[in-house]
Amino acid sequence: MRIRAQIGMVLNLDKCIGCHTCSVTCKNVWTSRDGVEYAWFNNVETKPGTGYPTDWENQDRWKGGWERTRAGKLQPRQGSKWRILSNIFANPSMPEIDDYYEPFDFDYDHLKSAPEMEAFPTARPRSKITGERMEKIEKGPNWEEILGGEFSKRSQDYNFEGIQKEIYGEYENTFMMYLPRLCEHCLNPACASSCPSGAIYKREEDGIVLIDQEKCRGWRMCVSGCPYKKIYYNWESGKSEKCTLCYPRIESGNPTVCSETCVGRIRYLGVMLYDADKIADAANMADEQDLYDAQLGVFLDPNDPVVIETARADGIPQDWIKAAQESPIWKMAMEWKVAFPLHPEYRTLPMVWYIPPLSPIQNAAEAGTIGTEAGMPDVRNLRIPVRYLANMLTAGDEAPVITALERMLAMRSYMRSKTIEGVVDEAIAARVGLSGRVIEDMYKIMALADYEDRFVIPTTHREQVEEAYDLRGGCGFTDTNGCSTGSSGKSLFGGSRKPLKMPTEAM
Amino acid sequence: MHNFLFGLYPYIALSVLIIGSIARYERDPFTWKSSSSQLLRRKQLVVGSILFHVGVLVIFFGHLIGLLTPIWLFDALGIGHGTKQVLAVVAGGIAGVMALVGGGMLMHRRWTDPRIRRTSSFADNAILALLLAQLVLGLGTIFVSLQHLDGHEMTTFMAWALGIVTFQSGAADHIVGAALIFKLHIFLGLTIFLVFPFTRLVHILSGFSAPIRYLLRPGYQIVRTRRQKPLAASDTPKSTPAE
Repeated sequence: MRIRAQIGMVLNLDKCIGCHTCSVTCKNVWTSRDGVEYAWFNNVETKPGTGYPTDWENQDRWKGGWERTRAGKLQPRQGSKWRILSNIFANPSMPEIDDYYEPFDFDYDHLKSAPEMEAFPTARPRSKITGERMEKIEKGPNWEEILGGEFSKRSQDYNFEGIQKEIYGEYENTFMMYLPRLCEHCLNPACASSCPSGAIYKREEDGIVLIDQEKCRGWRMCVSGCPYKKIYYNWESGKSEKCTLCYPRIESGNPTVCSETCVGRIRYLGVMLYDADKIADAANMADEQDLYDAQLGVFLDPNDPVVIETARADGIPQDWIKAAQESPIWKMAMEWKVAFPLHPEYRTLPMVWYIPPLSPIQNAAEAGTIGTEAGMPDVRNLRIPVRYLANMLTAGDEAPVITALERMLAMRSYMRSKTIEGVVDEAIAARVGLSGRVIEDMYKIMALADYEDRFVIPTTHREQVEEAYDLRGGCGFTDTNGCSTGSSGKSLFGGSRKPLKMPTEAM
Repeated sequence: MHNFLFGLYPYIALSVLIIGSIARYERDPFTWKSSSSQLLRRKQLVVGSILFHVGVLVIFFGHLIGLLTPIWLFDALGIGHGTKQVLAVVAGGIAGVMALVGGGMLMHRRWTDPRIRRTSSFADNAILALLLAQLVLGLGTIFVSLQHLDGHEMTTFMAWALGIVTFQSGAADHIVGAALIFKLHIFLGLTIFLVFPFTRLVHILSGFSAPIRYLLRPGYQIVRTRRQKPLAASDTPKSTPAE
């Protein structure tokens, strides 16, 4: 047993209102720069839909994640090391920028500077790459917002696998949900394994996966290697970039920007202790549907005395062990089993988990009755097909998703009974394998979701490992090496490209 | 002048190549990259880039082996000078055409595609033009060498190259009588060495080193620790923390 700590995240999709505050605040902090205009370290997709970049879940096309070979060996879906190296001149599985969208801005200046005209002046789009006029915007970062576009296109969604999807194109049967996505900070990151330069690494102390910008050479294998398409190639700097889980904030005990600003309070951050020696086997289960359970097996109970003792011996600070014991992630993923990894079948052991959303009871009004099972609505009648959620969260295994949805329904039922009728009905809790006490705890954390319940983040103990004296006179947190500005504009090495003329100057 | 161009200029070019590359790697590793434009336009890149790179690599190693292998070794192996020249002409010719076609595609793409044109630096365009000119010159030498297939002229170039790398004075004298196109080809080649550290060409060095390190890396994952002494480990390798 070799214990490491990981900052994990859970998103309660049942409460996501799709406001995109997470995406916008993340964008403003991290990707409001040249070369990553198109990149969203955090984005929110409307499901069902093909997502961003288009069709990202289709790994037959993009070759992201891992595969188990016939010999039972685990290797990147892109191929072995030799195979990856043979594609170094041109990566056949890499998306083009049009698979995301061509970044654009509008001629806002024209609105105020236009001369008197017959028609009202409009702000027309211009490409942020070429500066040229774009006659038609073909795609954007959130192109399928609230089921935008035809069903025939949206229904190419990979999660419809094994579902008779045609009926969901009918107005009466339509369903939708939001899916906010960011880097999963996987326990078995496929991006890191695909990097020929060895620039991508996982931090031992908190599990955050980062790209060393000085070691990255722009071979682009990580872009195709990541099954979540959450590594972005910066076409200006020639380096790959990704979500950093706002590590400067995490290190000081603050939640990430996306979590802090989430108005629906759907995001949770906490510590998970895991056994690093179990990763290889957990990612290599023969049956894809065993991967979710295998990942649960990697996590260690922070209240187990043996685990605590080993964690201490392995150098995990006491406040991290305490944080692991109070971790909302542990409660939702392990105790209540209401949170699930996104696409465990990619075998990366992702660490951003999702609570599936409840949805209205399908056809209830039509039939005049609601399908019930022992007084509780049957989750199979929910508007969002359970199979759809299972394809997304458990490699198609419906049972765990059904249990989670039933527990969430039971929580509502129990609390309604308690607060409105004043009756504490333990039977409701018992029916889903919980106790009233646990349900009230669930209610506190999942429904009320106070700030200190959502974010249990211990600070990083740099003082134990770093010599602060050596850091004196440094440049602090910079984008690049030392005191360099990161821009190769006037550098001796690298040269400069012609500056992009944007509309204010061009008109 | 001849002595400067072929006796001293090689040392200037190689010194700038070596010292400049070290300086860039040390001072500004953030700029050390391949500058791929595949994200912006896939069209023409996949075929063009593979043809170009494979061709250029064959040519590069062909030159390296052909020029720097001591002549006596070929004699000892019983490979005649004429045979070696024919081999060089055939292999170099095929690889050269591959590289030229691929490079032509890349240049067409770089100059006609608005996205790529807009995001190219002067150095990006210049180095591509230099390399294509060098390819044309190199292929041009084939027509000269086809006129005398005894392999004698080639041995003078080998003597020159060996003389340069072993610091023999008077190495330039070996190629006094060479045809102009050879001299131009050598001069341009040395110039490419000279500008190497100031362009995206530096990615060649990473291209040679990355595969070795990637293949030698135990397992796939990299975990960085701040600890002075890494935790006794099993399957996952650990690298030391970055400075």
